[in-house]
Amino acid sequence: MTILDVTNPVEPFLRTDRMPHIWCPGCGIGTTVNCFARALIESKIDLQSIALVSGIGCTGRVAGYVKLDSFHTTHGRAIPFATGLKLANPKLNVIVYSGDGDLSAIGGNHLIHAARRNIDLKVICVNNLIYAMTGGQTAPTTPGHAITSTSPYGTCEPAFNLPHLVEAAGAVYVARWTTFHVKQLARSIGEAFQKKGFSFIEVISPCPTLYQRRNKLGDGLDTMKYYKEKSKVKHGAPTSEVGLTMTGEIIVGKFVDRDRPDYQSLLHAQMVESLGESYVEPSETVCSCS
Amino acid sequence: MKADPRGVLTGTHFLDGDHACCEGALAAGARFAAGYPITPSTEVVERFASRVPKVGGTFIQMEDELAASITLQGAVWGGAKAFTVTSGPGFSLMMEHIGYAAMTETPCVFVDVQRGGPSTGLPTLPAQADMMQARWGSHGDYEIIALCPNSPQECFDLTIQAFNFSEEFRVPVMFMMDEVVGHMTEKVIIPPADQIEVVPRRHTRKAVEDYLPYGTNGDGVPEMAHAGEGYKFHVTGLTHDEHGYPNMTPATQDKLVRRLQNKIHDAIDRITLLEEECFDSEDVVVVSYGITSRVAQRAIEMARERGLKVGKLRLITCWPFPEKRIRELAATTKAFVVPELNLGQMVREVERAANGKARTFAVPHAGGSVHRPEDILKVIVEASR
Repeated sequence: MTILDVTNPVEPFLRTDRMPHIWCPGCGIGTTVNCFARALIESKIDLQSIALVSGIGCTGRVAGYVKLDSFHTTHGRAIPFATGLKLANPKLNVIVYSGDGDLSAIGGNHLIHAARRNIDLKVICVNNLIYAMTGGQTAPTTPGHAITSTSPYGTCEPAFNLPHLVEAAGAVYVARWTTFHVKQLARSIGEAFQKKGFSFIEVISPCPTLYQRRNKLGDGLDTMKYYKEKSKVKHGAPTSEVGLTMTGEIIVGKFVDRDRPDYQSLLHAQMVESLGESYVEPSETVCSCS
Repeated sequence: MKADPRGVLTGTHFLDGDHACCEGALAAGARFAAGYPITPSTEVVERFASRVPKVGGTFIQMEDELAASITLQGAVWGGAKAFTVTSGPGFSLMMEHIGYAAMTETPCVFVDVQRGGPSTGLPTLPAQADMMQARWGSHGDYEIIALCPNSPQECFDLTIQAFNFSEEFRVPVMFMMDEVVGHMTEKVIIPPADQIEVVPRRHTRKAVEDYLPYGTNGDGVPEMAHAGEGYKFHVTGLTHDEHGYPNMTPATQDKLVRRLQNKIHDAIDRITLLEEECFDSEDVVVVSYGITSRVAQRAIEMARERGLKVGKLRLITCWPFPEKRIRELAATTKAFVVPELNLGQMVREVERAANGKARTFAVPHAGGSVHRPEDILKVIVEASR
């Protein structure tokens, strides 16, 4: 038998000294990280230019596993942290990588305002429909009737349709895939790298330990089958029509791809118009190094 | 190193404390601020928003204080010197991020122009009731530095000092103004840039393979890298080891949290700034800070006119609390009198440090105005008996 000296092509992007990771068997977050790494390989972006910012939660732990400048911030505040990072050093490619609860509940205000401002951030939102790190509580994304630890008789709240929300708020690129769609997801992440402005990719991902189990939806593999059978690719679908239900169709695809000036372009134009030659570009003086 | 002259408005000015604070931040090298409007602090960032585009920097008005207090930290890790400005209700919202800055050792400045509380309280009127919150408001064990100016001139001078401490110790510094100091207008002298000492970032020069993001030097303060420089470092609010990696064991927790405390404790003599007018064996020493120190000054003069032996100790550094000096004075004085615009905050520290060697008298005031000198005098007279 020959033992081949092969390494996984995504390994150089990971902090292998931190493995094994904390994610459960069947969890989709690792799959999304794999897609993210493959998008980095494909896009040939200088890794030194990338900073990845996470909030708190299972997906929030992504920052700790990628071999990049990476920030594990506070709950809900990955986007404003990333905003400061991007504004202080516009050359950085800033990725926000976090979960649905972190980004749309506690961080929901920042999500809509960053989209409104069109801050040049690439947001990857892993949506497992639940608060997983804390034991499976209801999230703003939990579909109606689902059983969670804090809705033991089923949720009654309407859920957020995240693509619709961020499109309305101003995002220039909005896509949704599931963890079944690994090629498409990697391609979308690559496309988002090419966009200037607020890009949002939602990845529907299983939480077999808490969401699927409590709702008798099977294990990780059953969820893959569900994603495969019930997903429908509809590029350009009106985001108002892509809301999720517990066992229904999942509309995936690239919903929004449009151009409008990002925050820093607007800021620059405004300052040049108002101040003319007395405007000093921030990048000329910002570094406070000795 | 000397201040970047582009940020220094050298000359003699007539400024209120809020505007002077802004000029201090610019002189210190702050080129980024994130804020959310709140009375009586907003003038600081209004001026910054007007000034900084001509100096080379950015102001962004965020959607709330939760955002402002973390946006500035993102900017710091991007290479900027950064700060935010707020007042009571906003300061309450910022507490989690003060803890994050302490834990991740993000050098930055939080300006709190104090107004009456609790809750919405007295938006346009003064208090000094956030002093304990400044020290203890975020959860967990940590140390911060807090400075308290009593004039527009000090709003300028000490804002520079606040940034310098934040960079030297990689710690969030609380700049504890109050509504009166923020809104009073006085002469402010801004020296030439080459006379302003500015502490640069502890920016690492190590090779990527030699750099340990939370490895410490002899003084317990790690060197910092910025995003985009190739270090591929990790920053987390979780308990972390020298690599910056989460490591949630009691041993790592103990080592980290003690270091965060000790880097400040061990330098307390250097951080302690006091204004003192104590002779030999006063009967009474009046301990005050911020705007109250100026009212106390009048009360002290009135007491001396009556022949009382009264000394003055003004806390410029309020945190870490200068307990050593209080302990020394307790040995030679009968009593401390502590007027403050709250119902008794720093007076507890004075009493603790005096440890029964001298009596401690509070002069509480719920805020909304400053004390009347006569009210302080009355307690001085009582204390000197």
